[in-house]
Amino acid sequence: MDSITEGLINALSIILSLDTELLGIIYLSIKVSSLALLIAALAGLPLGALLGLKRFPLRGGIISLLNTFMGLPPVVVGLFLYLMLSRSGPFGFMSLLYTPSAMVIAQGIIALPIVAALCHSAIVNVDPIIKQASATLGATPLQTTITIIKEARYGIMSGIIAALGRVMSEVGAILIVGGNIAGYTRVMTTTIALETDKGNFELALALGIILLSISLLINIFLHRFQKMGDITTKWVLWD
Amino acid sequence: MGLRLNLSGISKSYNGNIVLNNSSYLFEKGRVYVLMGPNGCGKSTLLRIAALLENPDSGSVNYIEGDSVLQNDISLKRRMTLVLPKIGVFNTTVLKNVAYGLRIRGFNKKELSDRASAALEAAGLIHKKNDNALTLSSGETQRLGIARAMVIKPDMLFLDEPTASIDSKNTALIEDIINRMKMEGSITVLMTTHDHNQAKRLTDRILGMDNGSISE
Repeated sequence: MDSITEGLINALSIILSLDTELLGIIYLSIKVSSLALLIAALAGLPLGALLGLKRFPLRGGIISLLNTFMGLPPVVVGLFLYLMLSRSGPFGFMSLLYTPSAMVIAQGIIALPIVAALCHSAIVNVDPIIKQASATLGATPLQTTITIIKEARYGIMSGIIAALGRVMSEVGAILIVGGNIAGYTRVMTTTIALETDKGNFELALALGIILLSISLLINIFLHRFQKMGDITTKWVLWD
Repeated sequence: MGLRLNLSGISKSYNGNIVLNNSSYLFEKGRVYVLMGPNGCGKSTLLRIAALLENPDSGSVNYIEGDSVLQNDISLKRRMTLVLPKIGVFNTTVLKNVAYGLRIRGFNKKELSDRASAALEAAGLIHKKNDNALTLSSGETQRLGIARAMVIKPDMLFLDEPTASIDSKNTALIEDIINRMKMEGSITVLMTTHDHNQAKRLTDRILGMDNGSISE
């Protein structure tokens, strides 16, 4: 118990000291996850919108696939990407393995189904009467589509924030394709895994506290967005 | 200038169930018509077809201005609107809900705000303009629907049971708005209701729907 307390005190002092190595790790974590999320949003939002707004062959299959991939094991993504990016793999010539770019791709693959599936779900949950109301007021099909997407905005934002939470806490895939190289591909989650192995709990705990704080912040935002979108719900089961 | 609506031999069926059967009628401009009939007799379907939101299986819907029959395109569609029994509220402020029709027509911000505020004033909702429209009561929501329609100054206004399930005070407010539009003279209104007294209060042109056809 004493060692845990001591570890926590030391962890807090590491955080307060604003150690450059620690800041570098936090910066890289946020940079990799943000870029991955941006790529996932750029690809996932149009895909989710298309699935939500249009009926076409294979639509059901793609939705099932996305829902399955929402729970994609990160280590499997890491392994798959490793095989693709290793020297003998089809994309080996790009020399991306053990670089932050490979980590961005891995996290992007993990985030994409979450963004697309939750975007699709948000759009299909928009009351069909909105489409009619928009048409009765003289909207063109494009304007109606934009209106439906706007109505789904809180659900879509929730999907993006949920994906950010997932990639920020991800370790398996980026450990495999990033290699956890100090000062280059070392991020918060991989550092926690490494330092715990080495028995250096102070740094691991410090990063754990920071990661938890970021997760908490993300979830506060998520909760706020969900509340904003559900403006008419005014009751709770147990007062 | 105002529009006349000529429905000619309109038929519509869903899954083999005939809803409209060779319905014809000429609606003159600047008048209020009330369509009455039991549930499921095809009133709402007729309104949707007349408002160019649905195509009939057979027959024609023609809008006439002067001597010309107008082409069924987006510019014609934007000269009319249909207020549904459940209006479909956008998750934003009351003001933005009312301004929607103007925004999609490309009105500038100033005109948009002025006209939306005037419509809200007429609907008795100006004090709620910054509230989220989803928080309005059912009567206020129905008035919002009317304000949203009024703001675009349509030549043809379709109202599908606009006072169903709201109290007498809100019903009176909506009837007052319809009467004011009638006074202005250029708008043609076609509404449905189950309330015969209301129909008589609003117009002497009461039409019935029977076996999918319009009768006077």
